[in-house]
Amino acid sequence: MSTLAFTLREEPSQRLDLAPLTPDQLLGLSESKIATLEIQTTRERLRVGDLFKIRTGDAMQIRFEGGSERFDRVGAGMSKGQITVEGDVGIQAGRLMQGGTLKINGNAGPWTASRMRGGTLIVSGQADERVGGPLAGETVGMRGGIVIVRGDAGDRTGDRMRRGTIIVEGKAGICAGSRMIAGTLVLRGRVGSLPGYLMRRGTIFAMNGSDALSPTFVDSGEHELIANSLLASYITPHSPDVAAMLRRPWRRLLGDMAVIGKGEIFHP
Amino acid sequence: MSQLTVNGIGVDDTFAEAFGMRATALTITAHSALWAHQAAVTMTGFATSVIGCGCEAGIDRVLSPAETPDGRPGVRVLLFAVSTSELQKQLQNRVGQCILTSPGSACYAGLETDERLKLGNALRFFGDGWQVSKRLGDRRYWRIPVMDGEFVCDATTGLCKTAVGGGNIIVMGATAEKTLAATERAVEAIATVPDVILPFPGGIVRSGSKVGSKYEGVIASTNDAYCPTLKGTGRSALGDDIESVLEIVIDGLTSAAVAEAMKAGVRAILALGPERGALRIGAGNYGGKLGSHHYYLKDLLP
Repeated sequence: MSTLAFTLREEPSQRLDLAPLTPDQLLGLSESKIATLEIQTTRERLRVGDLFKIRTGDAMQIRFEGGSERFDRVGAGMSKGQITVEGDVGIQAGRLMQGGTLKINGNAGPWTASRMRGGTLIVSGQADERVGGPLAGETVGMRGGIVIVRGDAGDRTGDRMRRGTIIVEGKAGICAGSRMIAGTLVLRGRVGSLPGYLMRRGTIFAMNGSDALSPTFVDSGEHELIANSLLASYITPHSPDVAAMLRRPWRRLLGDMAVIGKGEIFHP
Repeated sequence: MSQLTVNGIGVDDTFAEAFGMRATALTITAHSALWAHQAAVTMTGFATSVIGCGCEAGIDRVLSPAETPDGRPGVRVLLFAVSTSELQKQLQNRVGQCILTSPGSACYAGLETDERLKLGNALRFFGDGWQVSKRLGDRRYWRIPVMDGEFVCDATTGLCKTAVGGGNIIVMGATAEKTLAATERAVEAIATVPDVILPFPGGIVRSGSKVGSKYEGVIASTNDAYCPTLKGTGRSALGDDIESVLEIVIDGLTSAAVAEAMKAGVRAILALGPERGALRIGAGNYGGKLGSHHYYLKDLLP
């Protein structure tokens, strides 16, 4: 069966909460039923049919033809199937995602993969600040799954991350992996200042170095670790070039000693 | 005992009797094949029989770098015990004392089943707080700092509750040399069968046992019916032509694997022929009432 496609009629005039349009929630619904579903907005009431032309198909394979930076919460809470967006998305794409695959062929706003628990999220363009991070008041960020950002990522990527893997193939902003509890953050491009700020445990690769390292990280020498080759095998299907770079000796910095100091940054 | 004759070798019309066991498997890797092998040999040492060793263990096969999780040379070992708790205890002690200690080693689950045994989850405390857990997809690893770097270990490994222990072949020949030659051929042939191990030295046991003893409290004693020096005492199962007897004991993850191994062994002995090898092949059983798996020799012939 072909994909269930939503073609954007025109650039939306308000922010849209697209969390209801996931395989979990659309499976078994008819085209007419989907068209009458209400979308939460900031101003006028809208139904799915007002916003998109719908081409019926298998709800396990959803495709948005056309995106917008006003598309918020795309794929939020999804646990299965695949969503592909041909365009940009707004805030919180894949928030609380539990499984399945979310592909954004464009740029993503802040809090992409916020508190994600499982599945695969791929952003082909840039991702804004706090990839995987918690919203205000939440104590834990990303808890599982894998995020791949092909372009650059904003500040505080992987904030308060607990588990899972984030790969950024481009540059990353300041304080990447801030307050990390555990998990793995692989940053291929240059990283802004203070990566791993107040990190407790976890692993950060700053493959092309950072603007400034906190003095609360201590140098533990160069090591070629088995754990890094296991990580390389794990990410090879998602990002083979980055994976290949992991299989060599890396300088290992332990920290952040301002807290419990059980994290590590691999740095040139 | 009634016999068939195949290629000039007598095959007893009998069966091997084997028992249900608990088993697990590990993949051991190191910087070189030599050191992976060393860790595996040490870990499976003193593991010939559950009677005195707590478990039976051995090398299943050598793994190429492409077959191991970390891309280094490896060895797959199997471990068998009579209960899950004993298997867990043996696994923990042996990995902790023999693999953790071996230079450059790492240790991974060698079996994927829903029921799990603790691996790194039991050893991590050696890290004294410096141990690090790393979860990649479905797998969780423990990284324990050691003096040559880090010991990496899967958190758990699979438990197989339907394993089989005690498949066997009794090899009888005219001289010690010829009997050993035939038995060695069988061991070589069985080495190519996956999911089985031969726990005894070099895969061969020369002191086969029977259940019980004339002495109180001794649970197993020499298999006097098959001792050539006791021919003529009335209980001997050996004819005048037999001067040496050796046994191969086989443990496997499945009954089919044990049958396949016995088949490979029997056929290798038959192929060697009576001039250079054995004169007779038998199998050990306890009348069929103790073990739940019976392997008839006549079903294994070419």
